[in-house]
Amino acid sequence: MPVQYAGILKEHDAVRHRAGLFDLSHMAQFWLSGDMVARWADTLTINAVATMKPLQARYNIFCNEGGGAHDDTIFYRLEHGWLLVVNAANAEKMWKLLNDRLPESGVELENRHGRGALVAIQGPRSVEILKPHVDVDIAALRYYFCTEARVNGIPAIVARTGYTGEDGFELFIDSLDAPEIWNALLRDHRAEGLEPCGLGARDVLRLEAGMPLYGHELTEAITPVQAGLKWALKLEKPEFVGKEALKEQLDIDRYSRIAGLVMEGRAPAREGYQVWHDGRIVGSIRSGSIAPSYGNRSVATALVAPEAAEIGTRLEVEIRGKNHEATVVPLPFYKRAKS
Amino acid sequence: MAPGEDLLFSKEHEWVRLEGESATIGITDYAQNALGDIVYVELPKVGATIAQFGNVGVIESVKAVSDLFTPISGEVVEVNAALDGDPAAVNREPYGAGWLLKIRPSNPDEVKSLLSLAEYEKIATD
Repeated sequence: MPVQYAGILKEHDAVRHRAGLFDLSHMAQFWLSGDMVARWADTLTINAVATMKPLQARYNIFCNEGGGAHDDTIFYRLEHGWLLVVNAANAEKMWKLLNDRLPESGVELENRHGRGALVAIQGPRSVEILKPHVDVDIAALRYYFCTEARVNGIPAIVARTGYTGEDGFELFIDSLDAPEIWNALLRDHRAEGLEPCGLGARDVLRLEAGMPLYGHELTEAITPVQAGLKWALKLEKPEFVGKEALKEQLDIDRYSRIAGLVMEGRAPAREGYQVWHDGRIVGSIRSGSIAPSYGNRSVATALVAPEAAEIGTRLEVEIRGKNHEATVVPLPFYKRAKS
Repeated sequence: MAPGEDLLFSKEHEWVRLEGESATIGITDYAQNALGDIVYVELPKVGATIAQFGNVGVIESVKAVSDLFTPISGEVVEVNAALDGDPAAVNREPYGAGWLLKIRPSNPDEVKSLLSLAEYEKIATD
């Protein structure tokens, strides 16, 4: 997947107003099967796995004992097993982690990294563009649900998930079939505005949508609680790795946390830039970009001390030795209108 | 005349247009294309003295920060204030509305070290 095809802003515009096509085959797909998968996975993750309905998808995070994130992932519950999609950069770590903790029986793992391709179509025209290619009614597929289907006759898992803040679908297919589907969709729908999109546009889209990127808002040292992902934390689960640390972090409530920043001027706030409040450094930028869907303002996420994270707080971001004013705003920066 | 034929170029992908006492400086079409969507330009202050090939500012695209160098020495007499609101002008018209700064050159001999369009294109496309 390149950083860009036609240009980051042009691709961003296609996804927000028409549709974009992403090749996400670098992400790792693991196939989990056996009657113990849900109970076992529930001991390793912060969100609930066992309560997932058939054909449901759910965002989930594997944490370390300290509550930091090994990876953020999505589980897809199919008829005969579970598809687990992990970040490419964490593929080896996660494969090892799962194998190290494998129970004696009831769970089988298959690593499809490199064989399983992933093509995503994202944007308001996704349904109308994809519909004629799929042998099931994708318009009826609910958000965060999936189904087995054929796309141009090719077996696929079709999921209504994505990482852009728009409606859309992710197509899990065999890598040998991927070029055919990619080329067919672009050939048939480029005239309707479907654009191939790269990593650059994807990063801007997800940042605007307030979605964390592993290595930025979530790391082995930044917990889901700090990243504002409390909604995914199910403390009612009896036990799971990291539970005690996360519960304590919530109880004490003194943790540095991810805040959304809007810069006063247009200067981009880049990862690592220091954040100041009342004359002292209170944190640093984790992600930043110009946000076309937020009035072309310069926006960022920063990990800051709790007193600096209140909405409306005036902060300063140090850019090349000079402090630039910024204000803490609620995340996400962008939320699509309900259709 | 093809775009750029009236200009002189540096190996660092800047151009200069000499007009009497003043020299206008920008970045080349090749450079803007390589940078991608330009979202921010930081320029020196009017009155600042700048040295040939010195770092005089930054140009930022969505993904990257790049240093801006000056092809010749002089005193800054004007910067393109319109780029504050419309940095994409550098992408659209790198040799026109996307100019960056104007200086009063302090050493006329320096232009001898610069390149013609043909010489620059050979370097840029290698």
